Amino acid sequence: MGSAHPIEPPIGTKMESQSLDAPWMATVTNARRPTSRRPNMGDRIFRVLTTGLALTLLAVVGSVVAVLCYESADAIRTFGSAFVTTSKWDPVAREFGALPFIYGTLVSSLLALAQAVPLSIGTALFLSELAPSWVRAPVSFLVELLATIPSVVYGLWGIFVLVPWMRSYIGPALQGTLGFLPPFAGTNYGVGMLTASMILAIMIVPYITSVAHEVFQAVPSAQREAALALGATRWEMIRLAVLPYGRTGVIGAIMLGLGRAIGETMAVTMVIGNRADMSLSLFAPASTMASIIANEFTEATYDLYVQALVEIGLVLLIVTVVVNVLARLLVWRIAAPAAGGVR
Amino acid sequence: MSLAARRRIADRVARATTVACTAAVLAPLVLIIGYLLTKGVTSLNLDFFTQLPKPVGETGGGMANAIVGTLVLIGLACVLGLPIGIGTGVFLAEYGHSRLAPLVRFCADVLNGVPSIVIGIYAYTLIVLPWKSFSAYAGGFALAVIMLPIVARTTEEMLRLVPANLREASLALGVPAWRTTLRVIIRTARGGIITGAMLAIARVSGETAPLLFTAFGNQYWHHGLAGPISSLPVQIYTYAISPFDDWHRQAWAGALVLLALIGLTSFSVRVLTRGRFRMVR
Repeated sequence: MGSAHPIEPPIGTKMESQSLDAPWMATVTNARRPTSRRPNMGDRIFRVLTTGLALTLLAVVGSVVAVLCYESADAIRTFGSAFVTTSKWDPVAREFGALPFIYGTLVSSLLALAQAVPLSIGTALFLSELAPSWVRAPVSFLVELLATIPSVVYGLWGIFVLVPWMRSYIGPALQGTLGFLPPFAGTNYGVGMLTASMILAIMIVPYITSVAHEVFQAVPSAQREAALALGATRWEMIRLAVLPYGRTGVIGAIMLGLGRAIGETMAVTMVIGNRADMSLSLFAPASTMASIIANEFTEATYDLYVQALVEIGLVLLIVTVVVNVLARLLVWRIAAPAAGGVR
Repeated sequence: MSLAARRRIADRVARATTVACTAAVLAPLVLIIGYLLTKGVTSLNLDFFTQLPKPVGETGGGMANAIVGTLVLIGLACVLGLPIGIGTGVFLAEYGHSRLAPLVRFCADVLNGVPSIVIGIYAYTLIVLPWKSFSAYAGGFALAVIMLPIVARTTEEMLRLVPANLREASLALGVPAWRTTLRVIIRTARGGIITGAMLAIARVSGETAPLLFTAFGNQYWHHGLAGPISSLPVQIYTYAISPFDDWHRQAWAGALVLLALIGLTSFSVRVLTRGRFRMVR
């Protein structure tokens, strides 16, 4: 840093992150054309161009919503609120009640969370608090690998491995011990709500784990050291310092996982059994909002049928967007470095 | 039992629990990869890469058309998705303090969370309906929309990593801001931008749901891009839910090839980020 330079920038760290609006910078950019204060032509074209591309993204998001609303307008007008409150889905009789699918999405996602959340938090704690560094890198790589396996491959594995296991081992074991409870009663086909939720759980574990890991890493080490200095064991340190500090972020991580689970299509379609029915039994075949679209969209033979399926897509879109936005807000509160930055 | 002993036992139990959780998380990975390898490798042969699918009842055949179809769809998605995605990323990094930027960033995150099947409906309505035909264009368009937010956000992050003094040095030499962005900033972050693009490709190459009613699928070679086209994920799905053993074998082989394709893309990302990806050249 030559200190005898004629145009002296502000000293220190501020310079590193200085933006173009800095007054001294304006002097630099206009050095060649001191008479003009307007940005040069190339700059304006470049700005218009990139802004245009960014606006394209906005247009895509806007038009996704618009297209879905427009394409389901007739269905919305015809069925009104009955669409989401009635449970009879009979395309032949032109009756469309989407409640079984909303129920299916809700139950399969929540069941998946019930299985995935404890495992994910345990793994994230292991990675951030307990694992020696030579274990940490390969294990987090493997966990991320789970996220790169395509949904259809999970589905394939589900059909040919998990479903038979469910039919002959897991299902009978559960029914033998818990069969007196309504959710575990009923015929076990192998495919069904529980199998779908297990596949979903495997699929959302990497997302929850990696976000929770990040959240735990954001806990200041002074917190941990304070707990350890008071004589806490590792577990007590986690319980007293790490978990309370990361609670909001972990809830955000769980919501992100929920968002994934709600929108997941292929693997669920392949193992849930696809029946437009609500049943208390977790072994019963069911359907989710995503799976009914995947199954019936190309077979929808008349306009209102297609419209009804698009309306399910619209409901799915709204639910996932709301869940994701909430999740982001929660994660940002923790992961954003600005101290106490609740924005 | 003394308090100290109780605390020590609680600590041990908690530690063991986290290890057990990690093992339980990794077990499915081992199982899935294991099954893919054992079932996939035995079904793989040269025919798989060179032959068209055989009609029901005849054994043999391959997925040559699906492999080519997947590459075509990814190519189409890149042609559309990369320029818009990278441009948006440049906008976010360079004009990040404009009033539009937070909205764009928010929308990118929203789009990233939209289920891919919904994107499928979107592409169906916009492209398949007006043209009255399933088409490779529609499939490529759906994949491009899924790529957009990933490319945009990684590009933004990578551009932000470029040290400000590089920009300042260039501006100080009298280079206009736009040329500085193109010749200095983007060129410096090139490795990172490529990484983002590859990640997006890896993500969309396994997408099935948005292709079901856009690219649709095809048992033969595609005729031009305005007609239905086969793809590995859709072919795997069709074969997996079919009742034929030979098709099941093909599905496993297809899944193995698909995973290898994705693994190769992700692997080259790792190589790129490790070797050539240096912020200051």
